[in-house]
Amino acid sequence: MADIVLDKVSKSFPDGTVAVQDVDLEIADGEFVILVGPSGCGKSTTLNMIAGLEDISSGELRIAGQRVNDKAPRDRDIAMVFQSYALYPNMTVRENMAFPLRLAKLDKETIDRKVDEAAKVLELTSLLDRKPANLSGGQRQRVAMGRAIVRQPKAFLMDEPLSNLDAKLRVQMRTVVSRLQKQLGTTTVYVTHDQTEAMTLGDRVVIMRGGAVQQVGPPQELYDHPKNLFVAGFIGSPSMNFLHAAVQDGELHTALGKVPIGDRVRRELESADAPRELILGIRPEHFEDAELVDDDTRRRGMEFEAPVDIVESMGSDKYVYFTVEGEKASAAELEELAADAGAADFAGAGGNLVTRLSAESGVAEGQSRRVWFNLEKIHLFDPANGRNLTLHEGRAAGALAD
Amino acid sequence: MAVETTTRAKLRWGLLDVLVVVFALVPVLWIASLSFKTPATLTDGNFIPREWTLDNYRTIFDTDQFVRALVNSIGIALIATLIAVVLGAMAAYAISRLDFPGKKLLVGVSLLIAMFPQVSLVSPLFEIERQLKIFDTWLGLILPYITFALPLAIYTLSAFFKQIPWDLEKAAKMDGATQGQAFRRVIAPLAAPGLFTTAILVFIFCWNDFLFAISLTSTERSRTVPAALSFFTGASQFEDPTGAICAAAVVITVPIILFVLFFQRRIVSGLTSGAVKG
Repeated sequence: MADIVLDKVSKSFPDGTVAVQDVDLEIADGEFVILVGPSGCGKSTTLNMIAGLEDISSGELRIAGQRVNDKAPRDRDIAMVFQSYALYPNMTVRENMAFPLRLAKLDKETIDRKVDEAAKVLELTSLLDRKPANLSGGQRQRVAMGRAIVRQPKAFLMDEPLSNLDAKLRVQMRTVVSRLQKQLGTTTVYVTHDQTEAMTLGDRVVIMRGGAVQQVGPPQELYDHPKNLFVAGFIGSPSMNFLHAAVQDGELHTALGKVPIGDRVRRELESADAPRELILGIRPEHFEDAELVDDDTRRRGMEFEAPVDIVESMGSDKYVYFTVEGEKASAAELEELAADAGAADFAGAGGNLVTRLSAESGVAEGQSRRVWFNLEKIHLFDPANGRNLTLHEGRAAGALAD
Repeated sequence: MAVETTTRAKLRWGLLDVLVVVFALVPVLWIASLSFKTPATLTDGNFIPREWTLDNYRTIFDTDQFVRALVNSIGIALIATLIAVVLGAMAAYAISRLDFPGKKLLVGVSLLIAMFPQVSLVSPLFEIERQLKIFDTWLGLILPYITFALPLAIYTLSAFFKQIPWDLEKAAKMDGATQGQAFRRVIAPLAAPGLFTTAILVFIFCWNDFLFAISLTSTERSRTVPAALSFFTGASQFEDPTGAICAAAVVITVPIILFVLFFQRRIVSGLTSGAVKG
C-alpha cells in the first residue's frame, strides 16, 4: 500500500505530439482516484506511465515516496487490470491467478492458499480449472481482477475494466469493484471514459482533456462547481444545456429571455477584456414546470415559454425536450464534447433544451408550456477559454450573486 | 424444393472436388504405380501394375548412393529449418512488436530476397563457395537454404505474432515477468502453431530444392536426394532406371507426409481464444 505522486509528468512522442502535459496529482494511500475524459485525452497514457509500460518524458513519478521513473513494471509492485482482460489463454484460471506469484517465486503451498483466498472473494472457486475460453465475459473480468489482487500489490491500476461488459453486468460489477477496493483499502487508479462510472466509483475524479488536467475533486464538487465549460459539459447525464448569451445593458439576452445578472458577474464583465458574448449553462434538473413551483421558489428564478418537443417519462421524473429559438452556443469545448458523444454532425445543442421536470407535471408533446428555471444554479462561461465566470473561490454562485 | 437444390448443389460440389483431387493426385499415383512395376511391364501403359514387385525399392536401398543422399537430405533440411525458424522468430517478433529505425527497409529487403530469381545466383554462389572451400559440404547447402527460407519464415511468423494481443505481454510484465520470461512463458506457447507451420514450410522448401542441390554439390558427401535421383543409373549403363527413380521419389515423399502429419496436430487454430474481450 502506498501513495502515488505525479510531479509535472509529461509524455511526448518523437514526432512531437504531446500526449500528456504537466500532470500534477497526489493520490493518497488507499484512495480511489478516477481518470476520466474523452478518447485521446491522455488518461490511458497517464495510467501506462504509472504502470511503467510507457516511458515518462519529463517530470517525476513517486510511489510510496520513491522515484520510480526508470524502474521496470515488475519492480514497481503494482497490478493492472486491462480493458481486454489479457488473460493467458493457454493457462487455466488457477494458473492465470498464480502466474504473478510463481514469478515471485513463492512456494507452492502459499500460492495455492493465496489463489484460493482471492478466488473466494471473487466467487471464482468453481471455475479454477477452466480455461479463459470457456468463461463468460463477466467471469473473465473477475479472473483479471483476481490476478491483480492475488499478490497484494502497492496499488491497482485499472484501464477501463468494465467497458467490455454489457450494461447490466457493468452496473453490477461497478459495485463489486467498489466493495473490493473498500475491503482491501489499496490505492487504486481507475481509467474510464464513462462519466457515470467516474461519478459513482471514485473518491476523487480527475477530468482530462487534450493531455491536461482540467479539474480534480470529489464527484459532487465537479458536478456543482465545474471550473470550465468542458468539465460542466462532460459531467452529468443528460448533460448540461448550453445557450448563447449576449451581454447588453447589464443583462444577458438569451433564447430563454433576458436574464438579470448580479453585481459580481457585472463587475467581471466590466473589465476591458471581458467577453461580450457568453455561454449560459444550466442543468436539466434546475428546470421545473412553472405550475408546480411555489411563490417562494419562483422568486429565485425566471420563466419562459416554449413548445414541447418530446416527453420521456422515467417514472420518477419526466425528461422533457423543448425547442428554443436563438443562436447556437459555440465553443471548441462543446464541439469536442459533441464529437466524443458521436453527435458532432447532428446535435442541435442550440435549438434543443433538455429539462428534468417532476413526474406530476401534466406536460404533453406538441403543446406550449411555461417552464421555470433556477437563476442561482446558472453557470456562465467565457466562450474563448471556457472559464466559469460564476465560480468564486471554487464555488459556483449563479448569475445573481452580489 | 429446398432439399432438391441442396442435393444437387452437393452433387455438383462433390464432382468438382473429385476432379481437383484426381488432377492433383494422378501424377503422384502414377509414379507410385511405376515404382511397383517390373522393368518389362514399365511401358505397358497400365495404371495398375499387372506384376507387382518390390525390386525397385530393394535396388535403391542396396545402393549406398541413395541411403547416403537420404541422410544428407534429412540432416541438411532439419538444421536449415531449425536455424531459419529461430532467426525468423526473433526477426518477426521485433517486426511485429517494435518500432525501430529501418524496419520498413528490413521488411523490404527480405521481400527482395524472396523475389530474387535463384537461378541467377547459382553461378556466383558456386564461385564463392569454391573460394571459401565450402563447396560440396553440408554448410554449403544450409547457408543458401537459410537465406532463401528466412523471408518466408519472417513473413509467416510476423503474421502469427501480430495475432497475439499485445496486452498479454503487458500483463505479463505487470505480473512481474522480465521481457524474456514474458516471451518464453506467454508469447512462445501461443505462437507455437505459427512456429510449427513455418517449420513445415521451410522444411519442405529445403527438402524439395533441386537447383542448389545439383549446382553446389559434386559428390555423395553432401548430395541430397533430389540431386542424387538425377544420377541414378540402373545396374548397368544400359538398364532403364525409371523404376528405381520412381521408388526413390515415393520414398522421399514419405518423410514430408510424416512431418506434416506429426506437426499438424500441433497446429491448433484458435489457441488464443479467450485471451481478450468478453
